[in-house]
Amino acid sequence: MPFISNTDEQRTLMLKEIGVASFKDLLKGIPSELFIRNPLTLDEPLSEFEITKKVQALASQNINTSGVVSFLGAGIYDHFIPAAVSYVIGRPEFYSAYTPYQAEVSQGTLQFIYEYQTLICELTGMDASNASMYDGATACAESLLLALRHNKNKKIIISSLIHPHYKQVIETYIKPLNPEIVYIPQNNGRIDLEKLQSEMSDGVSAVLIPSPNFLGVIEDLESLEPIIHENKKALFIVATDPLSLLLFNPPGKYNVDIVVGEGQVLGSKQNLGGPLFGFFAVNQKLIRKMPGRIVGATVDTNGQKGYVLTLQTREQHIRRDKATSNICTNESLCALAATVYMVLMGKQGLREVAEQSTIKAHYLNDKICRIEGFEASNTSPFFKEFAIKTSIPPSEIISKLKHKGYFAGVDISKYGYEDQLLIAVTEKRTKHELEAFVYELEKLMEEV
Amino acid sequence: MATKTIFEKSVKNRKGYTLPKCKIDNEVKKIFPANLLRSDAPRIPEVSELDTVRHYIELSDKNHFIEKGFYPLGSCTMKYNPKINDIVNVLTGFTDIHPMQPEDTIQGALQVMYELQQDLAEISGMRALSLQPVAGAHGEFTGVNIIYNYHKNKGRHRTKIIMPDSSHGTNPATSALHGMEVIEIKSNDDGKVDIKAVEEVLSDDIAGFMLTNPNTLGVFETDVQEIAELIHSVDGLMYMDGANLNAMLGYLRPGNMGFDIVHFNLHKTFSTPHGGGGPGAGGIGVSEKLVEYLPIPVVRKKEYVYYLDYDVKHSIGKVHSYFGNFLVMLRAYIYLKMLGDIGLKRVAENAVINSNYLMAKLRSEYPVPYQKNIMHEFVACGEKFKEYGVRTLDIAKRLLDYGFHAPTIYFPLIVHEALMIEPTETESKETLDNFAQVMLKIAKEAKDNSQLLKDAPQNTPVTRLDETNAIKNLNIKYNFEA
Repeated sequence: MPFISNTDEQRTLMLKEIGVASFKDLLKGIPSELFIRNPLTLDEPLSEFEITKKVQALASQNINTSGVVSFLGAGIYDHFIPAAVSYVIGRPEFYSAYTPYQAEVSQGTLQFIYEYQTLICELTGMDASNASMYDGATACAESLLLALRHNKNKKIIISSLIHPHYKQVIETYIKPLNPEIVYIPQNNGRIDLEKLQSEMSDGVSAVLIPSPNFLGVIEDLESLEPIIHENKKALFIVATDPLSLLLFNPPGKYNVDIVVGEGQVLGSKQNLGGPLFGFFAVNQKLIRKMPGRIVGATVDTNGQKGYVLTLQTREQHIRRDKATSNICTNESLCALAATVYMVLMGKQGLREVAEQSTIKAHYLNDKICRIEGFEASNTSPFFKEFAIKTSIPPSEIISKLKHKGYFAGVDISKYGYEDQLLIAVTEKRTKHELEAFVYELEKLMEEV
Repeated sequence: MATKTIFEKSVKNRKGYTLPKCKIDNEVKKIFPANLLRSDAPRIPEVSELDTVRHYIELSDKNHFIEKGFYPLGSCTMKYNPKINDIVNVLTGFTDIHPMQPEDTIQGALQVMYELQQDLAEISGMRALSLQPVAGAHGEFTGVNIIYNYHKNKGRHRTKIIMPDSSHGTNPATSALHGMEVIEIKSNDDGKVDIKAVEEVLSDDIAGFMLTNPNTLGVFETDVQEIAELIHSVDGLMYMDGANLNAMLGYLRPGNMGFDIVHFNLHKTFSTPHGGGGPGAGGIGVSEKLVEYLPIPVVRKKEYVYYLDYDVKHSIGKVHSYFGNFLVMLRAYIYLKMLGDIGLKRVAENAVINSNYLMAKLRSEYPVPYQKNIMHEFVACGEKFKEYGVRTLDIAKRLLDYGFHAPTIYFPLIVHEALMIEPTETESKETLDNFAQVMLKIAKEAKDNSQLLKDAPQNTPVTRLDETNAIKNLNIKYNFEA
């Protein structure tokens, strides 16, 4: 039998030592009606060779983005990942270890998490980071749970330009606590400041602002901060793309209380949307309210530096129903990928990735907006993704260009952005690919 | 030797990457207003590829991991992770696909998800599945959210959830996230749920019951059907924490025991690695009456086409940005296809035999308070070593000196000085014999030379670390100014 070491002879010996005649004797006392009577209806076991062939065939049924030119984004982006990232996360020392509960034999995991926490703080400008969350959506949800616990207020304000899937996850997470949830509409691709101001009242627990938002637009955090913090209790929460923080002022600069987001852009592949990982960073006063694991430096009995899981009395295995969250398993290996990615790309490389993505996105946006039948959905500053209003249904564009070797973008009509196509550009797209894509769009519109 | 942080290895203008030229003549400062642009660059290290690889290989060398040695962490099911999964997991047909691609371009991936759902439904006896949750506690969240919405949809506000005092910390934590009051009931002398205690707290306020089976003592809950009948009599729902499903594979199914919801830990039972703390996968299975509450989308099949169905009548919504941890599902899929019915049965048999064998070897020195119906793990009590000034923590640390990972300690809370040991089915008799020998040796050391244990570990990259100091002098990021 695969992956089992003991032979039948050994089993017999072991059963004898236990003092029973057979395996069935070990199950005595379990009511007989609970046992499955017939074999399970599963396929006959496959050998390693057979299963390899089968899954390779399944893989080849998927069209992968390395074989086409992809402009898909909406939270998951096709950025370049250096080979050394895959190499490091492919080491069994990292991927086959458990959560670092025995610190003395987990220093590798613990130190990289400490480095990861530092890197997230550097990017976001915040005081502290945890060791990772499941994804960007749950990180947003947990930030709001933190706020509800922290100030006991009941009103949650969210920009309507939040990723529609994040909105669904947030609602699933926080509705059982019965908060009042208010969505602030957009004004030219950004949150409507006047409408936000009019909703700010004493009972506000938190305001969640995605920036870049779902349409790729960078929000004006400088103007938002006084409006939100005029209410002393309300927490200002920003959900962001970490790569955008190489170009734009970090939320920490604007007194933001919590910064969260999707970390996939830092060294994880698209993976059909999972594994992903969420990051979670806070200011000094909220450290002890954070969900999830935190690594801290300390010393051993010889005074040598080492790392441990710390502030564990926040967590479920100690605090049970009083814990700050129920999270236990997180996305540690993706946080390792992010750490190695950031370190390898370095200060200059990360900036170059962000610059190239934004320059190429703006180049494409300019060209597309010149085609008759396409126009920009707003005129606000965007990072690497933008929405285009189309005179024919976006689904038609996507379907027609698929046959030409393009994933043209995400049809966001279904999310209430009528006749809009969301287009993302990373540093991987070449000038030639952008021009060829524009040519195909022109041809398509001429045919209409 | 302590390894310097990567920040201390940075050299100005050193590079570890290459990128294609941009070839578009433009500048960021021409595109954006100056007040948006960042003036102070984040202090990201500047190192070469060699620096990076050496640094992280040096760190990796300080970890214990399953390929290196035995990992008897109770409740964590640290079994071997088949290597075929590593090969398949990097195929671009799986890694380079975007969740917003047209469905006809991801048919292979949807087939993996669909067939895994079918197989897990068959194994668990549940009616339908969602693979969206990405961790055990995330599965619990999804399950308790379904419980919450089930009652809400019936127009009632149920505020209480019952669980035994041996439950995982995630169970009460998850319930609290739903504003529910946790009613913790004491286990009986056999380490099982006390039926009388359930009867006493039963009322129309009960939303459900969360039970781990086998429970965290490794004991099979033989009265599970009666518990389910009681809970169902007030239309409460039965939730099974599936952390210990390994012991049942092919023999017993939660669906046959009256459970309405069960979560799977694909990273425990179905051989996917733990990644140093994640990613995992914690899909859930539900009974007939809860099918319409599953998160959206659900993967379905119509004739030969797989598709994502968003039309689920009472769906709780979403719990993840997209479909869950697809690559983890892929590993579990391969594992299941290689095992089939007969392979799964062998897993359960060997997990249970290994655990009972190890218990038989150890109980002379490490008393096991609950021994009846022990399945895949058992919990020993280290209390007797207190007279030598030795705590369970010391025993755990001494094990590290001998090259073993320690068991789970101080859990479950109902056993004092607990040592929770789960060998899993993949370990051989020789490994268990070696481990037992070392454990008995440590018991002797505790009596003859307890200082050895109190000073442990010594043969590890660092000696015992000061956790109190870590809290008192909180240092959770590198100090660039120091």
